[in-house]
Amino acid sequence: MNAQSDTVSLIKGNEAIAKGALAAGCQCYFAYPITPQSDIPEYLSGELPRQGGEFIQAESEIGAINMLLGVAACGKRAMTSSSSPGISLKQEGISYLAGSELPGVIVNITRGSPGLGSIDPSQGDYYQATRGGGHGDYRMLVLAPSTCQEAYDLTIRAFDLAFAYRNPVMILGDAILGQMKEPVLERRETVDTSQEASEWALSGAKDRPRRLIKSLYLADGALAEHNERLQAKYQEMHKEQDWEEFATQDSQVLVVAFGSVGRIAKSAIRMLRGQGYRIGLFRPVTLYPFPSERLRELAKNNSLITIENNAGQMVDDVRLAVRNVSDSAFHGVMPGKLPSAEDFLTPILHVWEQNSQIAQAAER
Amino acid sequence: MGLYTDVIIAGFGGQGVLLVGNVLAYAAMKKGLQVTYMPVYGVEMRGGTANCTVVISEQEIGSPLVMYPQSLIIMNQPSLEKFQPRLREGGIQIVNTSIVPHSMLKSQTNGCVPLPANNMANELGNPKMANMVVLGAWVKATGVLDLEEIKEVLPLALGKSDKRIIEANHRAMQAGADGVGDLAHSGK
Repeated sequence: MNAQSDTVSLIKGNEAIAKGALAAGCQCYFAYPITPQSDIPEYLSGELPRQGGEFIQAESEIGAINMLLGVAACGKRAMTSSSSPGISLKQEGISYLAGSELPGVIVNITRGSPGLGSIDPSQGDYYQATRGGGHGDYRMLVLAPSTCQEAYDLTIRAFDLAFAYRNPVMILGDAILGQMKEPVLERRETVDTSQEASEWALSGAKDRPRRLIKSLYLADGALAEHNERLQAKYQEMHKEQDWEEFATQDSQVLVVAFGSVGRIAKSAIRMLRGQGYRIGLFRPVTLYPFPSERLRELAKNNSLITIENNAGQMVDDVRLAVRNVSDSAFHGVMPGKLPSAEDFLTPILHVWEQNSQIAQAAER
Repeated sequence: MGLYTDVIIAGFGGQGVLLVGNVLAYAAMKKGLQVTYMPVYGVEMRGGTANCTVVISEQEIGSPLVMYPQSLIIMNQPSLEKFQPRLREGGIQIVNTSIVPHSMLKSQTNGCVPLPANNMANELGNPKMANMVVLGAWVKATGVLDLEEIKEVLPLALGKSDKRIIEANHRAMQAGADGVGDLAHSGK
């Protein structure tokens, strides 16, 4: 890929992801249409072949994820995308990618659920993304953008992480991120990825010993050993923890929220700061690994409230992060209802008042 | 906190409300401001209702969704019924009174700009330009962007640079801006 000058364009989050994939040197993309992510295949169906890559509309989501597995085994940068129900169909393939230690990027622009749900925004797939979703003791790196710029940047990072760890990486966004337009700065840099998989990829065994990529381990003790190695890798991933802090320098109450809800919470915090309330925001950017250490540190000086567009999923990770030190209140907006900054004010102020009462009691 | 404004643009599918939002977003971006454009997407179709929200700010934008907007562009009656109650006090609303009855407008003065946009566009030669009429009116009434800045980005948002089309749309914007008069300056 040639170096090009930086350009700013007004694009949807979905298109930012598609452009990020191109900038990262994605060579193959496997599609199956579903709202609200169909702008990704729409864009890549034109642009990817123009840049010498392969675009395939698969016969199903299951077909698409298994095509990703096959191309990943050949050491190529590849991606698939879908929305909640389609991502459920991909879970078997994701487990096989993880078990075979293959790199690939999977985009989930979530929609209302369970079942076919709706096409409304939702954060109901947090558990599925961070707990595995498919069978077995595996983990994916999960990146949660909240702006179109971040969608672009994190997609590039997702490819790098996938190959650094030989592991599937998920971009978890929602219908708000996918459909919203914002100015995005495209940073085109020359990426040479030709050698990144040369040690393990299936590239033809002429003049070298043959290689085997598999997730089946039947020999005595072999699977346990494989699992030990995988767990060590997941531990290693913890150094990738990433998050955003907003107005935490003097905060007494901390809102924890990810993705679109994170930025909506920022509006609520600005309103409350305008009235003198010292509220801050902690927005995990990596959902796995969850940025536990920093959150635990902040919890020493803050009361916490987790806000999500679901019935309460990330709040489990928040409570795990601060266990024995603190706890977190929770405010959930059900999938099917649009989250609004105004709706967050009362739950946040409720935690503020509880916090003040505790502080007063301590002074007495 | 610097400049901040938001607007919900609503009407029937096919009235070009999403295009108006795109034009505003392009103009704000061109001016170096932060901007978000959020459409209501999906099951809408021609004849159904459509709306979008545009937020423009000097500061990083938090929510791209707005419950209580500072301004409205209302192209039909269902949109007025839905959004007029949510307009902030002292807010500006541009209403297409070609198809929205005057009697439904909550405030006849103070920031409310009734414009027979369909009729005005018709007189200019194309009823499809009603959206450009109300866009011109919004720009004049809010004063956040200059009409020249809007005119400049129209080919970008349209994806067309046909001179005749652009000039006709410019005339429609100008007619909308001229239709505002002194009325809305109180709302600024």
